[in-house]
Formats: sequence, C-alpha cells, structure tokens
Amino acid sequence: MAKIALRLAAFGYLAALLALPVASIFYRAFEHGVIGFWQAVAQPDAIHALWLTLLIAGIAVPLNAVFGVICAHVLVRSHLRWKRILGLLVDLPFAVSPVVVGLALVLLYGNQGWFGPWLAAHGIRVIFALPGMVLATMFVSLPFVVREVVPVMRETGDEQEQAAATLGASPWQTFWKVTLPSIRWGVAYGVVLSAARAFGEYGAVSVVAGRLAGITQTLPLYVDERFESFDLTGAYAASVVLALLALATLFSMNALARKEA
Amino acid sequence: MRIALRALPAATVALALLLCAEQTKAIADGSVQLTLVAYSTPREAYQDLIKAFQATPAGRDVSFAQSYGASGEQSRAVAAGLPADVVAFSLEPDISKLVAAGLVAPDWNANRTHGMVTDSVVVFVVRKGNPKNIRAWADLIKPGVDVITPNPFTSGGARWNIMAAYGAMLKRGASPNYAIAYLSKLFDHISVQDKSGRESLQTFIAGKGDAMLAYENEAILAQRNGADVDYVVPDQTILIENPVAVVKTSQHPEQARAFVSFLLSPQAQVIFAAHGYRPVEKAAQTAARFPQPRTLFDIGFLGGWDAVQKRFFDPQNGLVAQIESSLGAAGGH
Amino acid sequence: MAISAVAPTVPTKVRSHLRSTTHESFLPVGIVTTFLSVVVLLPLAAIVAHASPGRSFWAAVFQPAALASLEFSLVASLAVAVVNAVAGTLIAWVLVRDKFRGKPLVNAVVDLPFALPTIVAGLTLISLYGPRSPFGINVAYARSGVILALLFVTLPFVVRSVQPVLTELDREMEEAAAALGAGILQTYSRIIFPSILPALISGTALGFARSVGEFGSVVLISGNIPFKTELAAVHIFGQIESGDMGGAAAVSIVLLVLSAAVLVALETLGRRIVRYDG
Repeated sequence: MAKIALRLAAFGYLAALLALPVASIFYRAFEHGVIGFWQAVAQPDAIHALWLTLLIAGIAVPLNAVFGVICAHVLVRSHLRWKRILGLLVDLPFAVSPVVVGLALVLLYGNQGWFGPWLAAHGIRVIFALPGMVLATMFVSLPFVVREVVPVMRETGDEQEQAAATLGASPWQTFWKVTLPSIRWGVAYGVVLSAARAFGEYGAVSVVAGRLAGITQTLPLYVDERFESFDLTGAYAASVVLALLALATLFSMNALARKEA
Repeated sequence: MRIALRALPAATVALALLLCAEQTKAIADGSVQLTLVAYSTPREAYQDLIKAFQATPAGRDVSFAQSYGASGEQSRAVAAGLPADVVAFSLEPDISKLVAAGLVAPDWNANRTHGMVTDSVVVFVVRKGNPKNIRAWADLIKPGVDVITPNPFTSGGARWNIMAAYGAMLKRGASPNYAIAYLSKLFDHISVQDKSGRESLQTFIAGKGDAMLAYENEAILAQRNGADVDYVVPDQTILIENPVAVVKTSQHPEQARAFVSFLLSPQAQVIFAAHGYRPVEKAAQTAARFPQPRTLFDIGFLGGWDAVQKRFFDPQNGLVAQIESSLGAAGGH
Repeated sequence: MAISAVAPTVPTKVRSHLRSTTHESFLPVGIVTTFLSVVVLLPLAAIVAHASPGRSFWAAVFQPAALASLEFSLVASLAVAVVNAVAGTLIAWVLVRDKFRGKPLVNAVVDLPFALPTIVAGLTLISLYGPRSPFGINVAYARSGVILALLFVTLPFVVRSVQPVLTELDREMEEAAAALGAGILQTYSRIIFPSILPALISGTALGFARSVGEFGSVVLISGNIPFKTELAAVHIFGQIESGDMGGAAAVSIVLLVLSAAVLVALETLGRRIVRYDG
C-alpha cells in the first residue's frame, strides 16, 4: 500500500513538473508533422549550431569527467587539511549567475581584460571563439561528476582498494581495476548531467559567443534566435533535438556502465 | 567504460584539431565577408536588406556574418573584441561606448542623418479591438489597467518608453514634478518587466497585461506574425532614432562604408519601411505613410542621452531606482 | 556506514601505509588545483577585482532593491532545496526500488530540464501554468511562479545524486529489518536514510546553488518587479546593462558568500547527523 502511495506521489510530481512541459514541447515541435520538424531542423544554421554544441560538449564533458573523478578521489581519500575548502570551491560555480560567468571570462580574456592584450598580440582568440565557449561550459558543468562520484566513493569504502594495494597492485592498476568499476554509476550519471547541462547552457555561453549565426551560434542560442523571429516550430524543433541529445547520452552511459557490471 | 574513458583524451584532441582546421579554412577562403553586429529587432529587415545590397554592384562579392542580440550586450561584446565591421544599435549611447573604446570614429554621426538609419515611435500595444479603450498616456494609470514594459535597467527599448512617458507629460504642459509623479503611478501599474522588448512581446502575447509600451515597428511585426493585437499611436510620443556606424578596425572599410551608405539609400529605406520602421530618408517617408502623432519630440528635448542616463537610469541614484524603491517600501504594486 | 563498520578491522599497518601513499599522490592534488584555478578561481578573481572598492561596494549591496532581490533569491532557493530534498529522494527511491512498466522512460526524462534551453523551459511553463493555462492554474509573474521554474531546472540534482547510492546500497539490511518487523518508515529512517544522507545533502546543496544563480528559466516567468519578484541574478544583470560593473560584481560576491555559508551549514548539518569518516 505504502509503496503504491509513494509511487503515485512521485508520478504526480513528475507529471506536473516534468512530463507535461516536455510533452508540450514535443507536441509543438511536431505540430506541423514530421516533415515540418525535419525542415526546421535541416536549416544550415541549425545544423551548424548542432555540430558546434556537440563539439563544445565533446571537449568540456570529458575534461570535466576526468577532473571530476580525480577531484572526488582527492576529496574522499586524501587527508588534505583544506579539502573542505576544495569541496566548497567545486560547488560554487553554480551559485554564480551565468551572465556573470560570461562577464568574468570577458574580464579575463576580452580586449580590455587581464590577458586580452597578450592574447591579441599572439593572435589567439579566446572570447567570441571556441575556447571561451568551452571555458564557460566547463565552468557551469564543473560540479556534476565530482558531486555524483563523491557519495558513491564514500558509500563503497576503500577496503577493496586497500586489499588491491596490499596485494601489490600499483595505484594506477588499483584505480582502473577496482575504483573505477565501483564508482561507474556515479561517473555515468555525472557525465549524463554534465552533458545535458553542456548541451543546454545559454546564459554564460551567450555572453562569450558573440552570437554569429552559422559561426559561433550554439543550439540554445539558435533556439533563442528562432523565438525572437516568431519561428516557434523552429525553436521547439531545435529544443527537441537538444532533449534527444541528452537522452542519447543517458542511454549510452547506461549501456556502458551496465556492460562493466 | 574503461575503454571509453581511455579514448576520451584522444577524442578531445582530435576534435580540437578539427576545429583549428575549420578556422584556417575560413581565413584562407579570401572573399570579402562583413560582420554585422546589431540589436535584435531589425533582424528580419536586414535579411532583406542584405539580399538587396548583394544585388547592387558594390555588394556583389560581399557575404555577411550576422549577430543579433540585446543592444547593450552587443555593444559590450564589440568593445570586448567581437570582430565587427558594421554595428547597428537601438540607441546612441551604445555607439558612444564604442567611440570611448576607440572602435568607432568620433565623427561617426557627421552625415545628413546624424548617424541614424531608422526612426520609430513609442506606441501602446493593446488587445484586439482595444477593450479597455486605451488611447492616451493618462489611460495607462486608470484603475485596473495592467501595463507591460521591459525593465529599463536591462533594456534600451524600455528607456525609450520611460522617456516617452516623461516627455509626453512635459509636452502636455505638466511640470517636471508632475511628470515624475506620473512615472511613479505608471510604475505602480506595471506588472511585468521582462529583460528585453521581445520578451515583453512574448509575455503580452501569452495573455498578460492590457497595454504594452513598445516600438511601433515591433507592434507592426507582431501583427504581421499573426499576434492578436492592435496598437495606438498616442498624441504625444518620442521619436526613436536608431544609429548605425562603421567600426574603425574593420578589415574591409570600403565595403563596410558602402553597406552603410546603401542602408541610407531610398531603396533600402523603402525596405526598412516595409518592416515597420519610419525611414530617415525623405523620399521613402512620403511613400510609407506612417500616422503622424500630434506632438513628436526627440531625446534632445529631454537634454540628450548623457543627461537622461544619469538623471533617470543610474542604477543606484537615478529617478527610476528611487521611484521603484519608494513603491517597494510602500508595499506597492 | 560501510566505512565505519569496516575501518577498525583494517590492520593499522595497512592504514599507515595508505596514509604514506597519499603523501606521494601530489599529482592528483596538483591536477585538481590547477584545473580549479583555471576554470573557477581565475574568473572569480576577475569578478572580485572589478567590484567597487570600499564604501561604494556596500552602497551597491545595501541599495534597497539589491537587498530585496538578494533576500528573495536566498529564500526562494532554500524553499526549492527543501522541496527537492523530499521529492528528489522519493523519485530516486521509486526509480531504483519500485517495479513498474515504462520505468526506463521515466528514468530517461529526469535529466531533460538541464538540456532544454532555459527560454524554452520558461515559455512552456508559462503556457501551462500562466495566464492562459489549460488547467486554470496561473502562477506566472508571482513568487510561486519563480519557485515552480526553479523546481523544474533543479529537479535532476537530488534524484541523480541519491540514485547511484541507492543502487549500490546493500538490500540485505533492509530485508533483514523488514523480516524483523520494521515498518517502511522505520526501515527508511534507520537504514536507508543514513546511507543516502551524504548524497542527499550533496544533491540538495547543488540544487540550492543552482537556484541562487539561475537566470534564464525564471527571467520570463518571474515578471522581474523590484521588491516583489526580482531575483538577484536579474538585478545583477540590470546593473551590468546600466554600466554599473562594480555594483554588479559587489552583489555577485555577496550572493556567492551567502551561498557558500548555506553550503557549509548544510554540510556541517550532514556531518552532525551521520558521522562519516572522511
């Protein structure tokens, strides 16, 4: 009985807050049929935006994943005095408004920024180019892997790692053979969340992107542009593509993690 | 998982290399590409204008990269290094910022239109058939009237709206104190302050509010896109002037200048007019036939943007901040 | 849990050996520090450096509209954190322990709030729960609308933090407890809750932090009326647009410090309830 009540409560919450909005987005994307959806998605600017979004996520998410696992390891297993500060620093990026994140990057790498003149003199473009967009994306999706892996690592404990170490395994071997398999679900969910956030990030990226259509326009920026042009089908269709990207990430991470089980 | 993680660094490097290759390809291409950085409302007009420019001898081999966004944001982006050849903003101070940054020549407005490329006026967008019968500024502060305008601190368009309201009171013979009292009442009737003009329009179309303060061209665009709205040009309103300028650091100054002079040509002005903008060019004006408000004033009537920004829109001590503070303290809204 | 139960049985020799190896592992610490510095600390430093100095810093923060927006942001985020903690745990539990048809589908859509562009989230919520709501529910342009939008964008946090721990959690203890006649609530409070608490706190904290900084999805639905529905993030944006960089940086820093204080308090609370060995 209690089980069914819990299930219904969870379903009700999910339906009102999540299922309805998502369903209405899908409905509007396909309002003019599959052909209408396809025409909206096959625009050259939309395709370019899709590739750019994938590229940015393709760089930012793996970097964040590798960093996240190492950072979680340090947070859980090391005996550093200042690791609580480290833990706090990992969470803080979220509390900064995305617009301020973008602005901070401009203050660092823009023309009048700290490194701007040096970068300009060496012909390196960070802001209004890929590196700036990747940095902004990494900033806003940094905590996910760390925060997913830390609790799992704590919960599983380190007996197995200790056993491996006692049996003469190198730290590297221990990590690949013992630690990683035990935290794989944490890593998987962390990657899924980072990727979803990386796909959908708008605020921070919009400041450092320069919004050049077909050049530095990511898919969320494209969605914004479509809305402003009263092209609702185009906007909802591109949103559905973003949702599908997130789902694809989830399924592939699930499959990978399960394979290792 | 293990294999995937091992492959990740390699994949990342490959992706980065791919991108570098793409960038060099773009440079090696060689044809002239102008970058237009503009505020968001004239996007549709520029699609047509660029096509028309490319059909002229001066524009034949010119392609365009385009960026549209909030005027203030776009101005800051260009100042921070966003490469641009031509900039088009919603209000003059955004160009002035680039003059201060050394990116636009100080004499940018020394032409016959004083640097402006389009005009418009502030209008009231109302529900179809104007059920609340909103015709004049005084109607906006009648009981039960719900007004929408973007946030004047985040939106250039909203500043035009506020100054239109203030100037309209002065033009009707009110004292500055009365005009400020009017603004205070108006703010008490404002129920939503979106961050941009387009978002306000979305809010209004979504069913919120009885009247929305907006550019005339936005109202025309909304109607043209099937929104169920009417608009009213009040008897007293402000003349909105939108500037355009060539950026000094342009790699193709000749083509950039050609594009700007094309924008001022009768042909281009007619295109602007078709998109709801009031032309700055005489010949196109007569053809377009926009309703003429009884009293039209410009920002100069209120002392110019420098004075207005300081007096009204300083985020800490400006009049608008004070009005909102007093309303907030009184538990208003 | 597992650690405190097992750790004392590990020979002290091994433990001291491990401690010495962590001294050698300066490489991970170095990587973490460098990465954090480039990605997080440098941008934060740039904001701090551009904040208005001295008195004008506090003038910007204590400006009535700024204070009101800071207060609203923190209160709304705390409310969202509480709802998330309860609803998120429930959803995670149902997803891991319950069996029903279509579970993979439900599991799959949980992350979507992150991937959908915030403007889409905002507009969709307005069309469903705004002035023209098909259900007759209108929360748009009010404080409750802000909470709704924040709940939407932070939904995945607690679910996805608790889920992996629940998956890894040994079911034997729960089964034993049930066999001994413990009710579902007892089992939850004695067995499940202590194990998932670190994850729960971690997820709640993240959701809280994200709410504090959230901008895109709430900006449409909130209405942005100063003193009423204006969030700190929107106020900061207004300062930036008005050319008051120093003030924007000042309010951002205060917001950051306040959020950090809440995060520390949350973590301390978690440590109090369940003493887990770092």
